[in-house]
Amino acid sequence: MAVEKFPVEASHILMFARSVGDFNKIYSDEEYAKTTEPESIIAPPTFVQASAQFDPDYFLRPKPGKTWFGSGKEPTGVKKEAGGGGGGGGGGLHAEQHYEYHRHPKPGDVLTATEKPGKKWEKQGKRSGKLFFSETVTEYRDQNGELVVTARSVGVQTERPVDQ
Amino acid sequence: MALSASKLKVGDTHEEQVVEDLKRTQLVQYSGASGDYNPVHTDEIFATKVAGYPSVFAHGMLSMGMTGKMLTNYVGDGRLTKYGVRFTRQVWPGDNLTAKATVKEIREEEGGHIVDLDVSTVNQDGVVVISGYASARVDP
Repeated sequence: MAVEKFPVEASHILMFARSVGDFNKIYSDEEYAKTTEPESIIAPPTFVQASAQFDPDYFLRPKPGKTWFGSGKEPTGVKKEAGGGGGGGGGGLHAEQHYEYHRHPKPGDVLTATEKPGKKWEKQGKRSGKLFFSETVTEYRDQNGELVVTARSVGVQTERPVDQ
Repeated sequence: MALSASKLKVGDTHEEQVVEDLKRTQLVQYSGASGDYNPVHTDEIFATKVAGYPSVFAHGMLSMGMTGKMLTNYVGDGRLTKYGVRFTRQVWPGDNLTAKATVKEIREEEGGHIVDLDVSTVNQDGVVVISGYASARVDP
């Protein structure tokens, strides 16, 4: 996702860490964090994924004046079934995620995210028909233009929902 | 506490249960914190009637985040240099997940010490839901 301004904030780190069940005090207690090796609150390893909050066009968030594919009065807000083949509903499924940490983000950082498309490939799946893979590389840079995290994501569109 | 290269051996493992009886509420928490509001993760009606799944299911990134907790507990705060996974199976409400790191290699890079780890997370049936790797800086 392309994001012009992703301000890293302590309260967001706290909420994110709670949501993954990580109660390490380095994510919530500034005084404690000063006594640790990083000497500061830092972001947990997968935190940059939350840059979605700062992407104005992020497609997995309801937006004013736009139909939303989740349930309301009806099981879905759109007439035709959303997504390609009904796999993940709105954008397929997440197949792989890779991070390289040049350093760990901390409160006060203002990151930007720039995205480059990567490879695309197809594969015949056993449990969901044909699989269409596509790769995206996202570079997160700080307020000084320094690279902080490089992320590589692989998404997959399935022909049908994955058999259980 | 950081790990020490001189004390690590190839094949050493660290394992943690990272969630027991995964709750739908945690899927809601993760949606809110991450910004991924895909209704397949929180909207049982959409997930079952429209997307065709037996129930809502966890974001792959939630499983990766929970597995990351095991990693940072093992290697120490701020020590990870690489972390990558493949999502091999979906994770469902009620699942118990256990994440494990296994030392693959201990090496030197640019004058520092690095441990390379294999990472694997399994559910209560022993099915691998996440398979990946991580690297971290360790003390000499």
